[in-house]
Amino acid sequence: MAFEYAPAPESRSIVDIRSSYGLFINGAFVDGSGSLKSVNPATEETLADVATAGSGEIDAAVAAARTAYEKVWGKMPGRDRAKYLFRIARIIQERARELAVLESLDNGKPIRESRDVDVPLVAAHFFYYAGWADKLPYAGFGPQPRPLGVAAQVIPWNFPLLMLAWKIAPALACGNTVVLKPAETTPLSALLFAEICQQADLPPGVVNIVNGAGDTGKLLVEHSGVDKVAFTGSTDVGRAIARAVAGTKKSLTLELGGKAANIVFDDAPIDQAVEGIVNGIFFNQGHVCCAGSRLLVQESIAEELLATLKRRMTLLRVGDPLDKNTDIGAINSSAQLDKIRELSEIGAEEGAERWSAPCVLPDRGFWFAPTIFTGVTQAHRIAREEIFGPVLSVLTFRTPDEAIEKANNTPYGLSAGIWTEKGSRILAVADRLRAGVVWANTFNKFDPASPFGGYKESGYGREGGRHGLEAYLVH
Amino acid sequence: MINHEYVHEATTYRSVSRLAGMTTTAPPFAEVTRSAGALRGFLHGLPGVDQIGAEQRVAMLGTRSIKTTAKAWALDLAIRMVDLTTLEGADTPGKVRALCAKGLRPDPSDPSCPSVAAICVYPSMVPTAVAALTGRVHVASVATAFPSGQAPLDVKLADTRAAVRDGADEIDMVISRGAFLAGHYRDVFDEIRAVKEACGAAHLKVILETGELATLDNVRRASWLAMLAGADFIKTSTGKVQPAATLPVTLVMLEAVRDFRAETGRIIGVKPAGGIRTAKDAIKYLVLVNETVGEEWLDPDRFRFGASTLLNDLLMQRTKLATGHYSGPDYFTLD
Repeated sequence: MAFEYAPAPESRSIVDIRSSYGLFINGAFVDGSGSLKSVNPATEETLADVATAGSGEIDAAVAAARTAYEKVWGKMPGRDRAKYLFRIARIIQERARELAVLESLDNGKPIRESRDVDVPLVAAHFFYYAGWADKLPYAGFGPQPRPLGVAAQVIPWNFPLLMLAWKIAPALACGNTVVLKPAETTPLSALLFAEICQQADLPPGVVNIVNGAGDTGKLLVEHSGVDKVAFTGSTDVGRAIARAVAGTKKSLTLELGGKAANIVFDDAPIDQAVEGIVNGIFFNQGHVCCAGSRLLVQESIAEELLATLKRRMTLLRVGDPLDKNTDIGAINSSAQLDKIRELSEIGAEEGAERWSAPCVLPDRGFWFAPTIFTGVTQAHRIAREEIFGPVLSVLTFRTPDEAIEKANNTPYGLSAGIWTEKGSRILAVADRLRAGVVWANTFNKFDPASPFGGYKESGYGREGGRHGLEAYLVH
Repeated sequence: MINHEYVHEATTYRSVSRLAGMTTTAPPFAEVTRSAGALRGFLHGLPGVDQIGAEQRVAMLGTRSIKTTAKAWALDLAIRMVDLTTLEGADTPGKVRALCAKGLRPDPSDPSCPSVAAICVYPSMVPTAVAALTGRVHVASVATAFPSGQAPLDVKLADTRAAVRDGADEIDMVISRGAFLAGHYRDVFDEIRAVKEACGAAHLKVILETGELATLDNVRRASWLAMLAGADFIKTSTGKVQPAATLPVTLVMLEAVRDFRAETGRIIGVKPAGGIRTAKDAIKYLVLVNETVGEEWLDPDRFRFGASTLLNDLLMQRTKLATGHYSGPDYFTLD
């Protein structure tokens, strides 16, 4: 007899979503010059109207950040900056459920992930960098490292609050002030974060949050008043930003796309490797820049592994992001859904074999069933281009050399995974992989103490850890 | 006589041992059990278990939220899966009779409450249990010098035969952990084989005592060894050694029975025992079963809980769900 889990929805009443939001500039919410609607991707209902920033508002935000930098934050002793960061971290923990529900509503990710992964990591990031604020002379960047000034930060929609934390926590710890632009499809958790800054009595202008689409981001990163640009997002936009910043005094860090290889050797712990494959590509609906979107599996175990993987995929629970038992939520936007569909169709047309987990998708909202393509070759577009969705391309290899060659044969180099019970093989293979992060017998594991960043077209600069301080210091 | 519903599917000994790369013969895995060397090679050729990965998997499944109708269904199933156990030196026929009465009608005030799966006792208490239960609930007896297994083989076999003769239709044996840890797999195999033979028609649960096996790799090997030797059930623990049943260990055992079924067509049951005290824990195990081997194992003939205190918490939660409020422990009978 089947064990049917009854619906177990997290209550959305914990979060109070306002009908409209302003821009957060100089410690207060102010009107913008336009507006956008933030939509719940699981239902297509409008959650809130959000003010957008034009050039006037960007000027005001950068000016507020400059004043706060020069008058207050830049000269504040590190131990005092730390107090604010610790306070923010604690408020995030206190309001964790509220943040998690809001993130799931706005982004479409399952509540289990926002509750158990995103929000705890956000708090951990603030705690971690709060600890650095009064120890910067010992970080290895000179005896008196100084902040850069005003940082313009543009973040993506896949981990709205976590990417905010990755950007804001180290910037503030080092004494910079920030103007941050969230993605236009996921502005709400950043606006709740703005309220948390008010609650923490953070001095006005230290954190400014401006919303809008690409044009707002362009105004921000090209603004002559910023000293530092940090961007996480697509490689195309990253290129445009690099061009815009070239020749200026602004320093730049970019965290861009990826097409990570998840390499499974024949001596891997199969059941855990399958969990790792699932976590690697289906975590957060595959909207992960470091997703393990290329599975490289050793020929001798390919058949057995794929059978286990497919059986495991049939257990994935796709549906209401607020249901505590949901494994896979909604695709963040119709535009992203179109892109995933298009690349999947190309995959089938190019001759790869498509298999999707049998699941009933809701009628409304943006949904895509977990899908794998087998018989993929390096020449297929689905093996080369970032799909940024729950779609896995499966390739096989015979020898370790072939695995490494295929893993590195990509313009990207953000992450990679190795599955083997043999320790010496982990070290030998990791040494030859051209990827910023290499996971061994795990995948998509994050920790604030561990640096993260890419090779090649996956960007430059590191976020997280001691290395993450370097991007926000003059040295 | 009790009519067992254990399913031993017609074995289609297809492509035996993809894992070991052996050729097809019947009975299953005859090649790997032919010699000590082959058996050892097979067990050490099983894929490894990454402990951290296994722990993360069960932790994730532990977040499943089982509410309302699903919870009611799971609680009743869990009651039907309980091997209500008393294994104390101080056991008396009176206590065993009381336990049998409780196992038959766990909640005397509610006739819709199902009976447990079996009453599990020491061999000396088997006649008492058989007389009290009259075939309505299985009688399980521990045997083979439980819990240590430290006795000569002929004593273990005599222990088993006595329990079967007295009417036990399920035997819970312990493996020789010393022999297993020393790598004498063939000895353990032969011993299980011999006990299985002594069981006759009674079903054999093989206790791996996973708390003494130290690694999940060993749990996987011991599971396969027991299944190859003829176990009908593989069971985690005696309850006398800490840690007893854990979710990661049960996960690995469930993966083993799943893979064994794929290889041989035979369905082997799994019984976590010891340390499962709350309804919440029991439901976590049922979720683990559901998402590892699927609904076929959500059946008292394929999955059991070895427990004593668990039953009262299941009853308390069941009453809470039906009436909306907790009644105190005084409203449930002590074993």
